[in-house]
Amino acid sequence: MSTAEITEEHNDVVHDHPSDSKYFQIALILGVLTALEVATYYVDIGPVLIPVLMVMMVVKFFIVAAWFMHLRFDNSLFTKFFVGGLVLAVAVYVIALSTFEFWSKG
Amino acid sequence: MSDTATSDHATTTGMSHNKLAMWVFLGSECLLFGALISTYLVYRGRFATGPAPGDIFDIPFTSVSSFVLLMSSLTMVLALSAIKRGDLRNNRLWLLTTALLGSLFIGGQVYEFTTFFREGLGYTTSPFSSAFFTLTGFHGVHVSLGILMLMSMFISSLRGSLRKEHSETVEIIGLYWHFVDIVWIFIFTVIYLVPSPTS
Repeated sequence: MSTAEITEEHNDVVHDHPSDSKYFQIALILGVLTALEVATYYVDIGPVLIPVLMVMMVVKFFIVAAWFMHLRFDNSLFTKFFVGGLVLAVAVYVIALSTFEFWSKG
Repeated sequence: MSDTATSDHATTTGMSHNKLAMWVFLGSECLLFGALISTYLVYRGRFATGPAPGDIFDIPFTSVSSFVLLMSSLTMVLALSAIKRGDLRNNRLWLLTTALLGSLFIGGQVYEFTTFFREGLGYTTSPFSSAFFTLTGFHGVHVSLGILMLMSMFISSLRGSLRKEHSETVEIIGLYWHFVDIVWIFIFTVIYLVPSPTS
């Protein structure tokens, strides 16, 4: 085994990033979820529409963040900074929307 | 490109500070887009005499644009995977593909804006139109900046100055690109797919 191969193998162990075929599988899942989201525009699923859309949106968000942005493989501090900003944004704007009575007016 | 772009150099924290800075920046971007999305939600029902969102959105067209942007995240991660292997030819191929998919998305947005304008929805037509164009316009600017960064990496690679040891540069710009995709995942669902008011 050459030095380059040993180095590459070492890097793979350290980063433990997925293979290209895994990325294609993840993209397929994201594509299917997007197709399901779009299907809700054509098929009436009643009062569960918004919760279903929100769940699919959050699942897609976490798949991209965890796999494509490598958060599940990288230092947890990166996740903390990103999630910190996200949680702060959600909290601030839920409060802001509440002051505009968004939830009751729709 | 200097060797400070490599991921293996020692730092005081034991992690890449460049990558950490990008994550802090992306965390702050959540607040920017949160403000724009919230503003849109507050104003989406205020379309006065102009077109209402439910009357004007073309969901099939936007769905295709969304799919294009989603797939650009796949090509971006393949570009990173290629440069980590030292496969510079495929790295260039996937970088260029990502930039082309991003350009296709921007082209779709320009077409959408033009169509809306012809149908009577200008920037100052109503609070809804101002909030809509500001939100999607800001996102479009982010995508455009991403395309410029991708093309600059592509040109650097052609000149031989983007090599395997610079894979962290590709990773950091990739993080920005994926974030832009994530923001669109939110916008597509909340603005387009959640039923909008009609006139």
